[in-house]
Amino acid sequence: MKLLLGGILLAAGFAALPLVTQRNDLLNLGVQIFLAVALAQSWNLLGGYAGQITLGHAAFFGLGALVTRMLWVGGAPLYLALAAGALVATAFGVLIGLPAFRLRGAYFSIGTLALAEILRITVGNLMPEISTIPAAALASYNILPRYYLTLLLAVLCVAVVALLVGSRVGLGIRAVREDEAAAEASGVGALKHKLLALMVSTALVGFTGGAFAYYHVSYYPQHAFSPAWTFDALLIAFIGGVGTIHGPVLGALFYVIFKEVLAVQWVDLHLLIFGVLFILVVLFFPGGLVEAWSRARRLITRRTM
Amino acid sequence: MILTQQLILGILVGGLYGLAAAGLSLTFGVLRVLNIAHGELLMLGGYGAFWCFTLWHIDPFVSLLGVGPAMFVLGLVLYWALFQFVVKAHEELRIKNSLLIGFGLTLVLHTLAIRFWTADERAVTTAYAGAVMRIGAFAIPLVRLSSLVLAFAVLTALHLFLTRARWGRAIRATAEDWEAAALMGIPVARTYLLAFALGTALAGIAGGLVSVSYSISPSIGMEWTLKALIVVVLAGLGSLFGSFAGGIVLGLAEATSVTLLGGPYREVVGLVLFLVILLLRPQGLFGRRG
Repeated sequence: MKLLLGGILLAAGFAALPLVTQRNDLLNLGVQIFLAVALAQSWNLLGGYAGQITLGHAAFFGLGALVTRMLWVGGAPLYLALAAGALVATAFGVLIGLPAFRLRGAYFSIGTLALAEILRITVGNLMPEISTIPAAALASYNILPRYYLTLLLAVLCVAVVALLVGSRVGLGIRAVREDEAAAEASGVGALKHKLLALMVSTALVGFTGGAFAYYHVSYYPQHAFSPAWTFDALLIAFIGGVGTIHGPVLGALFYVIFKEVLAVQWVDLHLLIFGVLFILVVLFFPGGLVEAWSRARRLITRRTM
Repeated sequence: MILTQQLILGILVGGLYGLAAAGLSLTFGVLRVLNIAHGELLMLGGYGAFWCFTLWHIDPFVSLLGVGPAMFVLGLVLYWALFQFVVKAHEELRIKNSLLIGFGLTLVLHTLAIRFWTADERAVTTAYAGAVMRIGAFAIPLVRLSSLVLAFAVLTALHLFLTRARWGRAIRATAEDWEAAALMGIPVARTYLLAFALGTALAGIAGGLVSVSYSISPSIGMEWTLKALIVVVLAGLGSLFGSFAGGIVLGLAEATSVTLLGGPYREVVGLVLFLVILLLRPQGLFGRRG
């Protein structure tokens, strides 16, 4: 309950931010945070709750971005372009998921990584030109609709994952993560649940890619397929607290703001620090920031009692 | 004609793929740890040779004598600091955690490499770099040929170690069944340490050879990790010469694709091959030869 209230307050705070300030840098930072939340939360559903560590998240982000960008620049209404992006990402996810889920554990991870790389290289070869939004759209470019779209997207990702995980199906998804054989034995279809998690996850990240394509003025189409998107998702989810709803949100806030502060000094410094932090989390602190927070709170309340 | 020349180059680069894969296959086969930072370790070895050459003018083939042991020590440190915590878990969790730690390590090494050596492509260009052996109409770059021969020699030496030396046999026994090995009095923890360090040294030597024959940059890590994984899937675990042969098969496949589809899809062919094999044999990398 507290978490829900906190989430609503946070979202409301962000929604009210443009009323207080019109500073472009702050609004852009907001967009970065929202995209990060969406990216990490969609990964979290498949990697955290369903236990399928995918290293191919960038493939679906890229597909969403590619389709949305092409349709939108081509003149289609934005909402249609976004829906098409999410749809294509999902369709591709199912196409890949059916065979890929025959692979267990690490093979699924490296298989999805290989897939993302195949797409990245192929798109880079077919579309070597930089993609820039048309001059007319550029002239009327306004950050506000981007800000609210990505905020909506972040809220949607958190809400969808929270609702799904809390449902009966969500229990099934987590049961499959804990022990596939035991889940099957109790009548929970492993493949069905994994596929469902994959479909929702790819739809959300496809939508995220589409929002990115709407937000970014110019980028190489290949860039949206860069493994960096997968890496960001993993770092944020794990450092925040993988397999929890609020973990990726905390992680995204922490990651984007910290990155911004560090970038002043040294562009890639954050990757070094987050890489080390990530290793420490995996080895010694599997609950991430969320666990650290609750441990700290327990310590304090014990003291005051 | 062009195809034959490409195939020759494919065999030459394939030897290095095999060497890179042998290190990965050793750590994976013995420790059941999948270190996806293997390509970054290879990159470090490459920069080691590069530094030896530019700072102290040491011939890259000579500097391997220093790079190999230095990487061996790095392997000891990495095992001690990170991977020893991973091998305590049961098998499935072990692979998953090592994958994640390897991922973190990838980011750290990549960022450090950019800091130390900038993002530029580097290569060790010796005085004899352009030397070519001509057979009829075909040209064989001597440096690459030496790299291939050296890769084979390193694998042969390792093979002799694994089959003849006491510690080598301990490594093979542990790979076979660590519980049985422990019951026979083999110190499994130290065997793991040794195998991991050897795998790291192999990556380093492969990197040194890559820096002489081709080029290195901080971002080559993932590409080489994927190459090594492709070869491991092609060749299975447990045989060094199998890895070598698998590397050459990959080199040949790439060469054929360059001739048929053009250069840009060179990297794609191996990855597609990899996915197809994984899907046909979902038991995956554990599929051992008899």
